[in-house]
Amino acid sequence: MAKTIEEINEKIREGKAVVVTAEEMIDIVREKGVEKAAKEVDVVTTGTFGIMCSSGIYFNIGHTKPRIKLGGGKVYLNNVPAYAGFAAADLFLGANALPDDDPRNRYYPGDFEYGGGHVIEDLVSGKEILLTATAYGTDCYPRKSLNAYITINDLNEAVLFNIRNAYQNYNVAVNLSNRPIYTYMGFLKPKLGNANYSSAGQLSPLLNDPFYKTIGIGTKIFLGGGIGYVAWHGTQHNPNVPRTERGVPKVGAGTLAVIGDLKGMSPKWLRGVSMKGYGVSLAVGIGVPIPILDEEIAFYTSISDDEIYAPVVDYSSTYPNREPDIITEVTYKQLRSGEIEVLGKKVPTSPLSSYVKAREIANILKDWIKTGKFLLTKPSAPIPGPESGIKFKPFSGREIKEEVKEK
Amino acid sequence: MRTERIVLHFPKHLADKPVIVNLVRKFDLDFNILKATITPDEEGVMVLEITGEEENFQKGIQYLKELEVKIQPLSQDVIWDETRCTHCGYCVSYCPTKALQRDEKTYMVSFDPQKCTTCGICVEICPYKAMEIRLVI
Repeated sequence: MAKTIEEINEKIREGKAVVVTAEEMIDIVREKGVEKAAKEVDVVTTGTFGIMCSSGIYFNIGHTKPRIKLGGGKVYLNNVPAYAGFAAADLFLGANALPDDDPRNRYYPGDFEYGGGHVIEDLVSGKEILLTATAYGTDCYPRKSLNAYITINDLNEAVLFNIRNAYQNYNVAVNLSNRPIYTYMGFLKPKLGNANYSSAGQLSPLLNDPFYKTIGIGTKIFLGGGIGYVAWHGTQHNPNVPRTERGVPKVGAGTLAVIGDLKGMSPKWLRGVSMKGYGVSLAVGIGVPIPILDEEIAFYTSISDDEIYAPVVDYSSTYPNREPDIITEVTYKQLRSGEIEVLGKKVPTSPLSSYVKAREIANILKDWIKTGKFLLTKPSAPIPGPESGIKFKPFSGREIKEEVKEK
Repeated sequence: MRTERIVLHFPKHLADKPVIVNLVRKFDLDFNILKATITPDEEGVMVLEITGEEENFQKGIQYLKELEVKIQPLSQDVIWDETRCTHCGYCVSYCPTKALQRDEKTYMVSFDPQKCTTCGICVEICPYKAMEIRLVI
């Protein structure tokens, strides 16, 4: 018998809802079967904590006296450039932004000590951030410069808005070349010296809802230690990919755009990241509740690491040149064992996302729901599934021969 | 040729006297100051890298000892900041001596300083800067 979200919420209000983590659900379904599990369990909580580059914040600093129009000017936060293309007092900062004078990879591999992700962590921590701005001045906004310390408490709205998070599955990165390489998937030793992966696997939100039957626009989630919502499907959302018999994508597929009040979040779940030779970023903690509305959804949430496959990709050549080849497929169970076999060679594995934190998030969310602090929401619209026909396109702009010179 | 990193403790009475420059003038040694501080009780501490011929090196050290400069070899410690660590386990497979390990069930990372040879790879690669090299003086 199918349940509704309203019925589940009623149980949550009464403190009677049965809430388990996606990890716990595996054994429940194995022991009791899908039918019984679907009846008994009301909510399955998922979690993921990893480096999610397409993250950012927007905020409003209020109006200075006299007024300054930041829009169209230049603004830096702790020397990191912010986007000032909105109105007078609104700014956007992306996790990958770097100070203009950062050496980047001029001294290879660069250290990327401090950037957008670190500013976001410092702001969430309540630290003072140095805001330096220049503007052109108008009759209504006469001021031309601003040099001030701000904290998150000084801001009006401060909102985390991540345009692509929670990737549904991801590549395993290896290096087939003869030289060490520094990638967003970490340091890769030459000649298959190691293999790096980045997914919470059986705990990951979209791997527990492979066809986006419950996660949609408006779904309330754990975001950065506070409350957030799914705002849209994420950029590069790619539901039409090869899937296993269980419907689980065998390569990177769906993504989520998420939004939430930064003021309710914590630096424990939003962490600045420095990837040697690559850049800066932000590690984000996300947890999504999945209402067990029927047996089909119960079945999906029982997915385990040995049933999820990831493609092994060469990041020395195939990836940078956007070739389609994959070397082999491995399961997350194999990856988590610490060693996989690639081209006949035993290769040590390293995770880039934290399974420990993913598990902690799933448990926190479980606790919030069990104690009635967190009710489920019904999506106002679904995110596109395979039936939408949406496929992620490669770059198809009309290129011009002349090289662009750096200004 | 010999290169050594050493820690020098200067007593108060040497505070206003030229000492290090004499390593160059008298013993033809190259030096590189890695760190220099003055403690609250006015004792000077300096971490130096000295390079020179073996014989000159010995003479230079003898000269410092005669001036009552205390000399120690430099050692480095790798420090694990558990508050920065997210227990992702990224570092574990890179650690050559298994000083960094991951529990098979809980996946929690642990660090055993006894096994650490301060190679520094973890310091280089940790995205969260949870590993740090500190000079022990």
